Amino acid sequence: MNYTKELLKHFNNPKFVKKIKNPDGVGEVGNIQCGDVMHLEIKVKDNKIEDIGFHTFGCAAAISSSDIVCELVKGKTLEEAEKITKEDIVKKLGGMPPIKVHCSVLGISALKKAIEDYKEKNK
Amino acid sequence: MKQIYLDNAATTKVDDEVVKAMLPYFTEKFGNASSQHLVGREAKEALEKSRKIIAKSIGAKTREIIFTSGGTESNNLALKGLFFENYPEKNHIITTKIEHDCILNSCKWLETQGAKVTYLDVDENGFVNPEEVRKAITDKTIVVSIIHGNNEIGVIQDLEAIGKICKEKNVLFHTDACQSFTKVPINFKKQNLSLVTLNSHKIHGPKGVGALYIKEGTKITPLAHGGGHERNLRGGTENVPGIVGFAKAVEISKQKDITGMAELRDKLIKEILKIPNTRLNGSNEKRLCTNVNVSFNNIEGEAIGGYLENEGIYTSTGSACMSNTLESSHVLKAIGLSPIQSNSSLRISLSKYTTEEEIDYVLEKLSKVVKKLRMISPIK
Ligand code: FES
Repeated sequence: MNYTKELLKHFNNPKFVKKIKNPDGVGEVGNIQCGDVMHLEIKVKDNKIEDIGFHTFGCAAAISSSDIVCELVKGKTLEEAEKITKEDIVKKLGGMPPIKVHCSVLGISALKKAIEDYKEKNK
Repeated sequence: MKQIYLDNAATTKVDDEVVKAMLPYFTEKFGNASSQHLVGREAKEALEKSRKIIAKSIGAKTREIIFTSGGTESNNLALKGLFFENYPEKNHIITTKIEHDCILNSCKWLETQGAKVTYLDVDENGFVNPEEVRKAITDKTIVVSIIHGNNEIGVIQDLEAIGKICKEKNVLFHTDACQSFTKVPINFKKQNLSLVTLNSHKIHGPKGVGALYIKEGTKITPLAHGGGHERNLRGGTENVPGIVGFAKAVEISKQKDITGMAELRDKLIKEILKIPNTRLNGSNEKRLCTNVNVSFNNIEGEAIGGYLENEGIYTSTGSACMSNTLESSHVLKAIGLSPIQSNSSLRISLSKYTTEEEIDYVLEKLSKVVKKLRMISPIK
C-alpha cells in the first residue's frame, strides 16, 4: 500500500494503545466491509475527554486512524469530539489510499459509540 | 537495510544466467522468427531450440508446446479455446473453487457465453476429491481444469487420480502448473493431461512469457488470429528473448534447489507453529516446496506484512484488507476459514535464493511483530 509517512508513523508507534482504568464510556465497532474490529475507551471529566485508549484488529490504516482519533480528541469537550469527521482524520494522516478511507470511519464510529455509552450511563 | 524477498509465488528474481542468455536477442540476433533471411533464421533457430528444451523438460513433443505471454494467457487460451471449439455440442466445464483468478474469471465470462461451469469444493486441507470430479462429469463436459500446485496455500493435487477418471469418462484434462512447474513432476501419460499451462516468471525467467502444452490431436480455437505463428493457434511475432530466457530458466532448474527449499519451508513452518494461536493453511504433506501460509489468530495480515516490511521482509496476505474488493481470499474460504482467520493469514513464499540466515531472521522478527500486534488487538 502507498501510505504516507505520517500514517506509517502512527502505525509503527501508536501512542494510545491502552486500557483505561474504570472507563466512563466504551465503544466497540466492527467493520462490515472487511471484518475488522475496534475497541475504544474514554475517561470523562468536566465534560472533557480526559483520557482515551484503543485496541484495533485491522490494517495499517485502521490502526493509525484509531491512534489519530485518540490524539485529536484528547482534552476536547464531548461536543467538539463528536464533530470529528473522517476527512479530519485523512487530512491529519496526510492522505490515505481511497480504498482505505472506510478504515478511518471505524475510529469515528467507535468514538461516537463510546460517547453515547457515556451519556447513556450519565443520564 | 537487509532486503529479504519472500513473495516468490508472486514473481521471482530473474537468474543472472537467464539474463545473459537473453541479451543477444535484443541487440544482435533481434530478428523476426518469420523472416527468411539470416537474422530471421537466427531468431527462428533460438525459438525452436527453446521449444525443444521446454518440451523435453515435461516429456512432450516439440510441436505440442505453444508459446504465449504467460500463465494468464495460457489459461485463457485453454478454456476459451476449448469452449469455442466444442460449443454448442458441448458446453460444460468443471473446475474448482481454489483456482487462480484467471481461470475463475474466464469461467465466469464463459458463463455469459453459454457455458455451464461446475466449481468443485475442496476439503479442509485443500484437496479435490477425485470422486467429486467423476460425479460432476456429464455428456456435455468439455474439460476438467484443476490447478496443480495452489498459488496461495501450496497444495499439490493428485492429478493422476483425477486424470484417470477423465480418461475413463473421455473428457479433456487441463492443469494450471504455473506454481508447480520444475518443482513437481508432470507426467502426461500417467496424469492423462491434454493441456498444461506453464510460465516463466515464477521460475526465475522473465515476465511476459509462458507456454501451453496442447497434446497432439487436441483441437482448440485460437484467440489471437495472426500470421500463422505457433501453428496458427496464437498469432503474434514471437517474444524471442523472453522465450530464450524461459528455456534457460527451465534448463538450470535443479533438484538440489527443491530439496533445499523444502527443508527451509519445513523449518519455517515448524518454528512458526510454535507461536501460540497459529494455524497452517493447506496440507502439510503435499505442499509446494516454496509455500508457507499461516494464520496468526486475532491480528490482521496486512498489518503483519507492514511491520515485516519495516524490517526489510516482503511477504503477502489473503486478508480482505489487502484486496481491492475487500473480500478475503476465495481459496482460504474454500478450505473453511472464517473471514477473520483469512484476514489473519500471511503467505511466505521461498525461492532457491532463500537462505537459512534469512529464515532465522524472519522468525526472529515475526515473533516480535505478532506479539506487538496482539497487544494492539482487542481480540484476545
Ligand atoms: S481494517 Fe480492513 S482494510 Fe483497513
